[in-house]
Amino acid sequence: MTDRPTRLVVDCSLPEGHPDKVQIIPLTDAEILEREQQAAQAAIEQAEREAEAQRIADLRASAKAKLIAGEPMTEEEADALLG
Amino acid sequence: MSAWTVIQHIEAPSGQANITFSSIPSTYTDLLLVVSARSVNASTDDALLFDLNGSTSNKSIMILRGNGSTVTSGAGSYFAMGYVSAANATSNTFGNAVLYIPNYANSSNKIMSADGVFENNATTALQQIQALLWSNTAAINEIKLRLDSTSNFAQYSSATLYGITKGSSGGVTVS
Repeated sequence: MTDRPTRLVVDCSLPEGHPDKVQIIPLTDAEILEREQQAAQAAIEQAEREAEAQRIADLRASAKAKLIAGEPMTEEEADALLG
Repeated sequence: MSAWTVIQHIEAPSGQANITFSSIPSTYTDLLLVVSARSVNASTDDALLFDLNGSTSNKSIMILRGNGSTVTSGAGSYFAMGYVSAANATSNTFGNAVLYIPNYANSSNKIMSADGVFENNATTALQQIQALLWSNTAAINEIKLRLDSTSNFAQYSSATLYGITKGSSGGVTVS
């Protein structure tokens, strides 16, 4: 059986030492479902972010090569080089 | 009397999906949240996200991000404090992030700033600053920290919530 994920909750209104001040609470089924959906979305966004970073790196490399060779570069390459 | 008050410091045991400060008193002027965190996700980094009062709407963010070689910027409809180390980063390293919330109990929209960094032993790492807006007039009484991958926080991740009271003390003035 897999352990159910938990969350840490601190009740700032309670004094130190109160038994309910810090609680570790198992996630509900709805929270677990939401977490799974967020994980899927996060994976998509991570891939998009990495792809964008690679695209900019490629543009800069291309722009640098053209600059050294004295060749004209595209506006996007110039932006990447200057940005 | 100090202008800065530690409302709560918490160090997470292993296996926590999120860390929540609830029932935050509205008696201070500003809030400052300082986080040291690491994700157990099988990646180099993980975005440190947060929610206010359990709300999922009316969020906007502007981002400036660097990774040691490339600078990017962006915008979105979520709240982030930056990136922290994850399981594939240098062992025993944690990311640092700070969130400042001025006038958190006022009945106006909440404009915030945050920055987050982590270092990965000279290989690519992320540093990010954020401008944030929560278009909501409610007083902030809850801050929930979570990781973008939805993985758990690594053991020893910690968070300290400060209340900052306007006035002067020790050279610090809050107005």
